Amino acid sequence: MTEETQAGVLRVKRKGTTSAISRVARFMGVRAISLIITVVIGIYTTIMIANMGGYVDEIKRNDIRERVNLQVAAMTSSNRGITTEQRREMVAEFVILEEKRQGLDTPFAIRSVRYLVDSLQLKLGRATNMVSDNGSREVRNIILERLPATLLLMGTSQLFLFFFSVFVALSLSRSYGSFWDKMVITLSPTSAAPPWFYGIFFILIFAAVFRILPFGGMVSAPVPDNTFGYILDVLKHLILPASSLIIASLFLSIYNWRTFFLIYSSEDYVEMAKAKGLPSRDIESRYILRPTLPTIITNFALLVIGLWTGATITETVFLWPGLGRTIFRAIGFFDTPVIVGSTIIYAYLLAITVFLLDFVYVLVDPRVKVGGGK
Amino acid sequence: MKTINKTFKQISQYPSAVFGLFIIMLLVILAVYAMATIPYSEAIRLWRGGEDVVYMNPKNVPPAWVNIFRKTRLPESFAVKSSEGEITKTVTPGADNTASIDFEYPFEFDYDVYPQELMLYFTSTYASKNPFVSIYIITPTGEELRVGDFGVSAKQTFRFSQDERFIRRLVREKRDENPMIGIFSIPETEPPVPQKGTYKLFVQGQTFEANSDLNVEFVLHGQSYGLAGTDHARRDLMVALLWGAPIALAFGLLAALATSILSMAIAAIGAWYGGWLDELIQRITEVNLVLPFLAILIMVGTFYTTSIWTILGVTIALSIFTGAVKSYRAVFLQVKESTYIEAAKAYGASNFRIVFLYLIPRMIPLLIPTLVSAVPAYVFLEASLALLGLGDPVLPTWGKVINDAYSNGALYKEQYYWILEPAVLLMITGLGFAMLGFALDRIFNPRLRGI
Repeated sequence: MTEETQAGVLRVKRKGTTSAISRVARFMGVRAISLIITVVIGIYTTIMIANMGGYVDEIKRNDIRERVNLQVAAMTSSNRGITTEQRREMVAEFVILEEKRQGLDTPFAIRSVRYLVDSLQLKLGRATNMVSDNGSREVRNIILERLPATLLLMGTSQLFLFFFSVFVALSLSRSYGSFWDKMVITLSPTSAAPPWFYGIFFILIFAAVFRILPFGGMVSAPVPDNTFGYILDVLKHLILPASSLIIASLFLSIYNWRTFFLIYSSEDYVEMAKAKGLPSRDIESRYILRPTLPTIITNFALLVIGLWTGATITETVFLWPGLGRTIFRAIGFFDTPVIVGSTIIYAYLLAITVFLLDFVYVLVDPRVKVGGGK
Repeated sequence: MKTINKTFKQISQYPSAVFGLFIIMLLVILAVYAMATIPYSEAIRLWRGGEDVVYMNPKNVPPAWVNIFRKTRLPESFAVKSSEGEITKTVTPGADNTASIDFEYPFEFDYDVYPQELMLYFTSTYASKNPFVSIYIITPTGEELRVGDFGVSAKQTFRFSQDERFIRRLVREKRDENPMIGIFSIPETEPPVPQKGTYKLFVQGQTFEANSDLNVEFVLHGQSYGLAGTDHARRDLMVALLWGAPIALAFGLLAALATSILSMAIAAIGAWYGGWLDELIQRITEVNLVLPFLAILIMVGTFYTTSIWTILGVTIALSIFTGAVKSYRAVFLQVKESTYIEAAKAYGASNFRIVFLYLIPRMIPLLIPTLVSAVPAYVFLEASLALLGLGDPVLPTWGKVINDAYSNGALYKEQYYWILEPAVLLMITGLGFAMLGFALDRIFNPRLRGI
């Protein structure tokens, strides 16, 4: 993504049209249109996949038929006056009603376009089978209800991970070759395993063997009645999932940032600055951090929107009531509106971020120019 | 050949690479061993065969070697058959075509925990009058416990713990009403203390016809089993641990190989031809970034099929157009301008020749570290999907063992072996490839050399 946006900026720079403003406008326009097209195609593909080419409709129809049959049987079991013929008519009628409610009476081609148009307008609509904890069928409520839990877990772990690894990497790149530096290099292959994997080990050690932390969930069974107790309890539940998310990428993240800073600190102009006798703080902030800033910002922005998706498997392992698990459950319920709803929000966030990043580059990197100077 | 030698020499300078390579070799040997000793169909039969295959295994027990680390020793399981001469069978012919068939099996019991169950499986042949048996257990002190007497049909199972009359008899003899404690305890101790020593199973059989025969299989469900233990369905975990290796390697290697080679080829084609083709590839890559990768895999698994090969195909399809295409493309655009490509164009090499024989080979040093480092991600992806209950319906994999253990509450029930065994194997696999990949990256990537 980084290279692409930079390439886009550079391409415009090379063209060098007469007016700076029209150049910027043109660039913005082209960029916005291409991003919108990307989002539309991405969402439509997701809708198609969530339907498996009509296959899911078949499953849903069978499901409805089965449920209606049971329902009618239960309704008519006490009434002997109803003939089989009447019962069959009732079933047929109910099936048509239920199919209409779920929108199965219109062909998928039309329905898919309707889904697309609605979701692009952020009209997330109603879930077909899922219900939020407080009984709402609105996709928006289902998603909003789970958002705080995901933001808490992902936010604490990812923000800590980002700042901690950038900070440690900077100090490691200064003391390159030291014991801690070698330690990080040696430990970086541990990031081959995903967070849930460490999660299982953590549960085993801290919950099963030592019994000092809970196995999972977000709050204890009788919910603590005062706010302070509640916060403390949630924090206690947060420790294991958050630390498994952190540990799983910590060393690789430090290693990558460290290597990245080292490459920049071995540039000639840094050597030159050292030769001039500039204090190392100045060298770091002016000659190392400055050119790496676009990358740092890009990574941070992508991290922030990445919080949205949650961590499906880690949430499942720790029974954390987050968005990732909700999407997993939505798939189990064949609930296309929920799946599409969460995808469209991510797609929009991604597109907006990518769009904005192009302009942030201009602000932080003097080498990149869209409109001929700030 | 020379370059390969040089690479190996360089690898040998990185201890972590040597270690990684060593682990990968061990895994390959394990995988080959698994496929050679347990053929595919046999593995499936052992894993999915049901009660007929696993009846002699105890339920949810740790491997036998845990006894080395324990103060209280867990009884090991065994199964012996008279038809294979493991149980002494003495046939004494009597009058009127009758015969008495006696079975004797002495066994050592010097454990501190009681076994799960004792069972006898009788098989007999007869025309109209079935054989009759009386079962006794002789304790180390020489006491004779009468277990039961009954007529045996063609196939009959006798479970010691489920025989009401035997339980009543134990209570009458002032022994514990749990048959396992009743049999294997020093009498009238509270709490019960296991009686160690040599026990003897004695089955007195009687047949009443000329061609009538009787055989018995004696099964002791201990509290430990084999090298890997068993799961909730009495299956020997060794099957899954062994067969998990070739499946994990196949999935990881195929996915890594296919995605990196296809990404590279596509990037090369895009960079070489440029124009609308390049633009199309760029757009597809951007669309692919919007698509929710894991959600799509879960959808395929839930709606369509959980077959590992379909999942592999979808994984590859979704992983081709990623950031890798962009970074390869950037390098290809540079290489495209080099003089040897100019030369190739000048003497009229075809586009195909330039892309596949001149452009792509230049990138192999960049490809190999990426490929090796990508393997663990795919190995763990398979395990992750299995953890969500979307494992392959037929094949035994490490991820499915973890899923079984997790969903059966192995952590709550302290059956740690069940999760640790596949998890350690996964960890080792991931570490092996990651370590080698890291070292290769440093060897092949000149910018990282010395950093």
